[in-house]
Amino acid sequence: MNDNTLRKIAYNCKKATFLIEKKQVGSITVREKLELKIHLAGCAVCRTFEQQSIVINKMVHDLFHEPKLNELKLDDDFKRKLQGSIDEKLDKN
Amino acid sequence: MLESRMHTENNQQVDTKVHTCDPQQWVAKYADYLYSYAVTRINDGELARDLVQETFLAALEKAAKFEGRSSESTWLTAILKNKIIDIYRKKSSGLLKRQEVPVEVSESDDFFEVDDGHWKVQHQPQAFGLEVYNPLIGKEFDHILKQCMQKLPVLWLSVFTMKHMDEETTETICSELRVTPANYWVIIHRAKVNLRACLQKNWI
Repeated sequence: MNDNTLRKIAYNCKKATFLIEKKQVGSITVREKLELKIHLAGCAVCRTFEQQSIVINKMVHDLFHEPKLNELKLDDDFKRKLQGSIDEKLDKN
Repeated sequence: MLESRMHTENNQQVDTKVHTCDPQQWVAKYADYLYSYAVTRINDGELARDLVQETFLAALEKAAKFEGRSSESTWLTAILKNKIIDIYRKKSSGLLKRQEVPVEVSESDDFFEVDDGHWKVQHQPQAFGLEVYNPLIGKEFDHILKQCMQKLPVLWLSVFTMKHMDEETTETICSELRVTPANYWVIIHRAKVNLRACLQKNWI
């Protein structure tokens, strides 16, 4: 990596946030880790982005896992019909 | 119907981990769970109901093949999950028809300067109370989070949901939704940048 690419990366927030996302859901190379580290050292805005991004992932995960998942219910009428069609099929077999 | 346990001659249970399959109990045991599972992933109550019904009926057809390697609920959830992915695929291919290049995410209304990749000043992330994880943040936030997710383009939301909710692998998501790995990463990035901006705007 020459000085020129380093300088480019050091100021490129688009690339840095891309790497922040890639790092969280997959993996980034050693070189990419270095690039990101250099960028974050000098960029408070992207450091905020990273903090928030990590929290958002956790919130999204929480949102769709127990115990919140149990809050939604099918109405009884629909369930009765559903049970009816299952029983009917079972009788046939 | 399969028996869950095998017994030796002296009646000691052998732990074979074979699970039962009892369709008569499905509605009582799993209907609400599967419905919630579907609604959270497709955000459409009516469609979710249909999918639960389809799942049970498809499972009935396959009940004879149920081998008891996984629990009933895992098995039913897997069937439902496939149906949800079908919906994602249909929705995003519908998008394909309407727009010329939907997967190549457009650069307009971008958050970053085109020449140097800096944040545009008006789009710079600011601290708004979401810098530290707080599991007790409450329903109001959940509501805004859901709304902001729904604003994402269908394909992005499908990718995002499969990744963050179901922790699918990149390979699975790319092949199921037919996106290239390069586009996959672009989508992951842009979905988050947009979602974050929406949260900042609405959670103050």
